[in-house]
Amino acid sequence: MGRMAEVVGRARAAFSSGRSRPLEFRLQQLRNLQRMVQEKEREILAAIGADLHKCGHNAYSHEIMGVLGELALTMEKLPSWAAPRPVKKNLLTLRDEAYINPEPLGVVLVIGAWNYPFVLVMQPLIGAIAAGNAVVVKPSEISEHTSQLIANILPQYLDQELYPVVTGGVPETTELLTQRFDHILYTGNSAVGKIVMAAAAKHLTPVTLELGGKSPCYIDTDCDLAVACRRITWGKYMNCGQTCIAPDYILCHPSIQSQVVENIKATLREFYGEDVKKCPDYERIINKRHFKRIMSLLEGQKIAHGGETDEATCFIAPTILTDVSAESKVMEEEIFGPVLPIVSVKNVDEAIEFINRREKPLALYVFSNDKKLIKRVISETSSGGVTGNDVIMHFFLATLPFGGVGNSGMGAYHGKHSFDTFSHHRSCLIKDLKMEGTNMVRYPPSSQKKLDWAKFFILKRLNKGRVGLIMLALLGVVAAVVIKMAFY
Amino acid sequence: RTRSLEYRMAQLEALGRFLEEKKQDILEATALDMRKPPFEAEFSEVLLCKNELNEALNNLSRWMKDKHVDKNLATQLDSAFIRKDPYGVVLIIGPWNYPIYLLLVPLIGAIAAGNCVIIKPSELTKNSEKLMEEVLPQYLDKDCFAVVTAGVEETTRLLENKFDYIFFTALVLPAALHLTPVTLELGGKNPCYVSDTCDVQNVARRVAWGRFFNAGQTCIAPDYVLCSVEMQEKLMPALREAITEFYGSEPRNSPDFARIVGDEQFKRVQALLSSGRVAIGGQTDEKERYIAPTVLVDVKPSHPAMQEEIFGPILLIITVANMDEAIDFINSRERPLVIYAFSSDNKVVNQVLERTSSGGFCGNDTLMHVTLTSLPFGGIGSSGLGMCHGQFTFDTFTHHRGCLQRGTGLEPINTLRYPPYSTHKMGLIRTATSIKRRGECFLL
Repeated sequence: MGRMAEVVGRARAAFSSGRSRPLEFRLQQLRNLQRMVQEKEREILAAIGADLHKCGHNAYSHEIMGVLGELALTMEKLPSWAAPRPVKKNLLTLRDEAYINPEPLGVVLVIGAWNYPFVLVMQPLIGAIAAGNAVVVKPSEISEHTSQLIANILPQYLDQELYPVVTGGVPETTELLTQRFDHILYTGNSAVGKIVMAAAAKHLTPVTLELGGKSPCYIDTDCDLAVACRRITWGKYMNCGQTCIAPDYILCHPSIQSQVVENIKATLREFYGEDVKKCPDYERIINKRHFKRIMSLLEGQKIAHGGETDEATCFIAPTILTDVSAESKVMEEEIFGPVLPIVSVKNVDEAIEFINRREKPLALYVFSNDKKLIKRVISETSSGGVTGNDVIMHFFLATLPFGGVGNSGMGAYHGKHSFDTFSHHRSCLIKDLKMEGTNMVRYPPSSQKKLDWAKFFILKRLNKGRVGLIMLALLGVVAAVVIKMAFY
Repeated sequence: RTRSLEYRMAQLEALGRFLEEKKQDILEATALDMRKPPFEAEFSEVLLCKNELNEALNNLSRWMKDKHVDKNLATQLDSAFIRKDPYGVVLIIGPWNYPIYLLLVPLIGAIAAGNCVIIKPSELTKNSEKLMEEVLPQYLDKDCFAVVTAGVEETTRLLENKFDYIFFTALVLPAALHLTPVTLELGGKNPCYVSDTCDVQNVARRVAWGRFFNAGQTCIAPDYVLCSVEMQEKLMPALREAITEFYGSEPRNSPDFARIVGDEQFKRVQALLSSGRVAIGGQTDEKERYIAPTVLVDVKPSHPAMQEEIFGPILLIITVANMDEAIDFINSRERPLVIYAFSSDNKVVNQVLERTSSGGFCGNDTLMHVTLTSLPFGGIGSSGLGMCHGQFTFDTFTHHRGCLQRGTGLEPINTLRYPPYSTHKMGLIRTATSIKRRGECFLL
């Protein structure tokens, strides 16, 4: 038996034992996770720093803060999320118990990404544990320090059989995907997303795919450019542009293009000082392959700012491109780097058309003082999520579902949405064996009279308030007695 | 143009008129396809559809509204909501057992959610297929809702196109090529546990009804019964009596008993009769595709009838020593679409519920959980992916888009997150965005 089959088999046996199901167990594991994040904070920050050249403050606010927030929210709300959810009944089921029971799916697989290597593994893990599942965790091998750290510390705090960590590259992941899971959450690119979905299809495994795309950023002429550009600069160049919801490219009127460039330049100086390369707050590209990929996107482009690189350290300076053509290479694939193209559009109609001609992105950004314009852009486009007059921030609100649509992904998570993603919502109708009278209408032999009664019971709606309810209940009892007499 | 509330309501109302005006045609088509008794057809194909339709018409404007969500300290002054966007062009492939109902339920949800729909009815129920192809376009906007008829080969080619969502009862691999999300309503062997403490006659009637409705061709029909040897002795005469009550002494002559839909399916179900021993029924007639309401006993897990979903009017009885053995039996198999448990002791019903997993669950009755549009209907594992009915169908065909609208004022608060970083900024950020456990004072 292969190693993957063994690991997954053990997790499944552990799940079948039922010990991941009691609320107290789940809360205990979540508390342990919380302790882990607090006690190993330094090691976690160091690992992320080694992988992405990320300073401690950045790593804390990008990765650890979100995890602690999610843990606190989940631990507080879990009892209410996990409770059976009663549903509205009809006349036929008035005397019965009808509810939706949230249940664990079984053994789920979480595949992380390298750009935020800690939080993108932890956040799904939290939801999966909360929902009562066993979880196989597969961090990205490209962020090797964080991956190794997770493999070391997770087993020290969590149940080792229920929540195993699997490390490895493509061959190991491929073998892992041949196993049967009850849900797979994958964060990464669309090409691999298709492979994951196809592998999952063989076992009819539902998937949540957090992919990517080119997130457009439209800047209206009517807006506070200084503020807008500062926010855009922050979202674009954080993590050296390696953020799935970074504003990928800007759409704006040619008359404000140079202003935009100047504002961004000024903000860059504010953030990173005169020498970006020396600034401890600026990250690096994850590896040579991606470095070369981003470099090739710069070919033939008009560089309005930046463009300096250093292959040895995978350094690419914050770069702005102007007068970019829609057909150029930099506009074909998700940039995932500190390169910001500006494409000219005459007005918001052209911007909307431009966006709609392309694949649906993970995020969409609009900057304008005109609220109506923002609403219009939202209504006439489609994207995973939206932030108006800022970037990235919708990610941090746990009550908003975070996910893509079309090529940018399927499904969503964060907060309660994670819990629901990793749960099976089982419909339950509990009747009793009495009141057989009302059932007589449905049994053969059939008759018009029976059909009329059936219509009465099924089509009557119960929204007439308390008095109406009592009346209907009485009516139901009377009807049952009458029918019993008529058909028995 | 599918996006305005008025348009969607108009299309849904047109569907309602279709069900009203063409009711007779629907009853005739399904009768021709599988001799579906008019009562069953009216109940399952028309009434239940109307239910879904009314649910959608009554609630659509509420379902469509942006859902505002709770905010944290950092976003207090912003507008945060979930926008319900249609996916785009969705494909619905209908099955043959309830050719109108199981096509219309997802269609109602898809239209309600503002999508355009390609509708592919089952090619196995030729009359219903023809009805949909010829009549539906008379009611719905032809440009936005197209009916496509296709056999297996053409369906494969249809699936090569890119859709934004696919709802059907078969393969999901083609969907992966285009990253298309899917809902699959599949099936399985639905177990039915009958405990020793129960009103035997009522149980027999409810189980028989659920099993023989539509000649057993129902994805949520009770497939096999698990009970003790003593209960089996009591159930047998009770089942015999229920069948006679329903269909008379000669079910073949009853207008209330359907037929198998096609020759291939007939042969498949007939072959299952060799499992165990025939205790009730067992008669067949190939010309009419008639299989009598049948009960088989002494069935073993290795028999053909336990290897696949029966999907025919054959009820199996397997004896177990007690409830624990029944639960172990159920858990050793693939998770079914529904589990049934009968007992006058509520604790027993709840035990079975808690210790098993299935798409849905119904205690002390069969099939009825699907008449409640407020309960989500769907499978788990090999019985399916996703759910529908009522608002769940609407949600299935909707992309829930997280939206945050911020103001451009109050920029000073934002400076906390900008570089250059400092420990001081960090502390303030922690306070503004973290969620504290209840009881923890957040000022400290």
